[in-house]
Amino acid sequence: MSAAPAVAAARRGLRWMRWYVRELTGESAYERYVAHVRQHAPDAPVPGRREFERQRAAAREGDPRSGFRCC
Amino acid sequence: MALVGAAGWTLLALSRGEEVSAAWMVAAALGSYAIGYRFYARFIATRVLKFDRTRATPAERLNDGVDFHPTDRRVLLGHHFAAIAGAGPLVGPVLAAQMGYLPGTIWIIVGVVFAGAVQDMVVLFFSTRRDGRSLGQMAREEIGVAGGAAALLAAFAIMIILLGVLALIIVNALAQSPWGTFSIGMTIPIALLMGFYLRVLRPGRVTEVSLIGVALLLLALVAGRWVADSSWADTFTLEPGTLVVWLVAYGFIASVLPVWTLLAPRDYLSTFMKIGTIGLLAVGVLVTVPNLRMDAVTDFAGRGDGPVFAGSLFPFVFITIACGALSGFHALISSGTTPKMVQKETQIRMIGYGSMLMESFVAVMALVAASIIDPGLYFAMNAPAGVIGDTVQSASQAVAQFGYSISPDQLAAAAKAVEEHTLLSRTGGAPTLAVGVADIFSQVFGGAGMKAFWYHFAIMFEALFILTALDAGTRVGRFMLQDMLGNVYKPFRRVSWKPGLVLCSAAVVALWGYFLWVGVHEPLGGINQLFPVFGIANQLLAAVALTVCTTLLVKSGRFKWAWITGVPLVWDATVTLTASWQKVFSGDPKVGFFTQRAVYQDAIDAGKVLPPAKTMDDMHTVVTNSTVDGVLSAVLALLIVVVIADAARVCVRHLRDPAATRLSEAPYVRSAIVAPAGLVASKEEKAELAAAERSGP
Repeated sequence: MSAAPAVAAARRGLRWMRWYVRELTGESAYERYVAHVRQHAPDAPVPGRREFERQRAAAREGDPRSGFRCC
Repeated sequence: MALVGAAGWTLLALSRGEEVSAAWMVAAALGSYAIGYRFYARFIATRVLKFDRTRATPAERLNDGVDFHPTDRRVLLGHHFAAIAGAGPLVGPVLAAQMGYLPGTIWIIVGVVFAGAVQDMVVLFFSTRRDGRSLGQMAREEIGVAGGAAALLAAFAIMIILLGVLALIIVNALAQSPWGTFSIGMTIPIALLMGFYLRVLRPGRVTEVSLIGVALLLLALVAGRWVADSSWADTFTLEPGTLVVWLVAYGFIASVLPVWTLLAPRDYLSTFMKIGTIGLLAVGVLVTVPNLRMDAVTDFAGRGDGPVFAGSLFPFVFITIACGALSGFHALISSGTTPKMVQKETQIRMIGYGSMLMESFVAVMALVAASIIDPGLYFAMNAPAGVIGDTVQSASQAVAQFGYSISPDQLAAAAKAVEEHTLLSRTGGAPTLAVGVADIFSQVFGGAGMKAFWYHFAIMFEALFILTALDAGTRVGRFMLQDMLGNVYKPFRRVSWKPGLVLCSAAVVALWGYFLWVGVHEPLGGINQLFPVFGIANQLLAAVALTVCTTLLVKSGRFKWAWITGVPLVWDATVTLTASWQKVFSGDPKVGFFTQRAVYQDAIDAGKVLPPAKTMDDMHTVVTNSTVDGVLSAVLALLIVVVIADAARVCVRHLRDPAATRLSEAPYVRSAIVAPAGLVASKEEKAELAAAERSGP
């Protein structure tokens, strides 16, 4: 029996895991934001990743209720 | 599934006198959850709330790619679960185990199916229909100014007590424990390093920095053992009083530092640890299937004189276990971040109800962990020092008086097994849970030699949450305070105004620091005295949330379905108001704060010292503390009565003249998103998805 389907399935599983973790942790937030801006205006200027992450931190600073977790 | 649940319940109910396997508890829980989710949640979703799959959610309508964005349902489930589950579901069930495992199990399971999960789902639904409005805003808009203000004030008071009690749990777990103190202390430099990495080196690379952080954390845990065996041990062996000073200083500094330095990295760390540990625990319980050694129902349930907390089964089990059965705090998450990310209305059942079922399962596992350890050890760990003394001999005698037996040697051996100086009076739940978890984990991974490691792993895991909560909670409390003071002096409301920020932070830290200090120095036992107040506060927040839900059901023309949240509200209000009533008016000095105060005041007047107080100073401490706790219980109860009364007024007005009611629901917009409602797409949903794909974007 060939191992190819199993390898392909494992690869799919890993890819899904990677996607899931990146989505869950918010690591993909920047790409999502850029995609969102580009969708409406392909030439619009977007902040760099560093700048974007700083803005996110500043927003959280401004309203501590966002991202609040329960005990 | 129904059969599995029924079998579980039957075995739990019928077995008397012999040890029951924890598997039956797990079966009863999972079976009941499946039935609740399949039938009750579905009924509420389709008949009462009427989720509309054609209606666009705020995430779709207001999509800004940052706060509002339609999120995959499986991601949001994880996100929401990680936000609602923390130390809460792990602590309450452990303390409630003093009544036996059965009352707690029944309340956790029945409570979540009919109250807790319903509250979370209904709040999430109404907040989603209102563009993600917060609970406070909904209370103000839908109930009125008085009810809204009382709800806000109650939330602030609850936050303060919560932080005080959480900090107390940490102090009780870390006192005299160099291993624990060192490894928890190390989380601060680790978080700072992660923060620097994310801010400067590689912005936004959360996964890799979290993996580095977790690796360092495990290293700190291993290093803790070396430190405890080295000449440094004395440096990290701290008295409870010293730890209080450290925690208060930490709370203040952490809350005025930028979020990227400590808070954000700690959040990532605790989320990773949380999901990992809960997963491991589930595997551990399912693999080892331990026997429950605690009684099903202990004598304390009827007599109400338990050493962990005083009071009888009703109402005190129901306020001791909040998270896992019904937690008001969830309403703050279900209205806020999550509703801005919901992709389809139809997914609210899975996210709101489903996440809460998962949290409930965590609570069941915590109850399992507390019930598999020797009951004698359980009581020696959870009774205050004033009751059991501070030697293994006195503790062994005291436990015998409770009706359980454990020899001094066994107590010493238990402490040695986890490499602690002592396990006596380690109140607060975290150490007990850690012993249970270490028991389960060491059977699966690493054997008895790893027990001490797993014990400290569990302690670190809880301490990590709680330190994050101290930081985040202080910030939220400060925000509320700034908002309130802004009514008096405008600049307070500007979050960038540094003096206001520092002043409000200091005030919030001082408030919870006060309760922490009191808790540590309380001759009657801090957890014993404060946990009921905390429980009452938490359940009163649930009453606020359920009141808002019920009002909204009535105002949106669903009066005949108002019982969905109305019945849980009546139950919750009865429980908490009875508990507050007893805490204020009970003639039993163990239960009623004012009777307690009178007894000790009379003794002071007569020049006598009553045990467990040892000195006249102790006597005065008891008098002051019981006065504060009593007044607090009364004020909290009063605030909630105001909220409920104001809501009742609004409901009656609506029923008299429905036409005059204005709902602040966002207008209908048609949804263009096609997505499944449940975890797994059904056949029709798959066909729908395929059709949507063919027609193209």
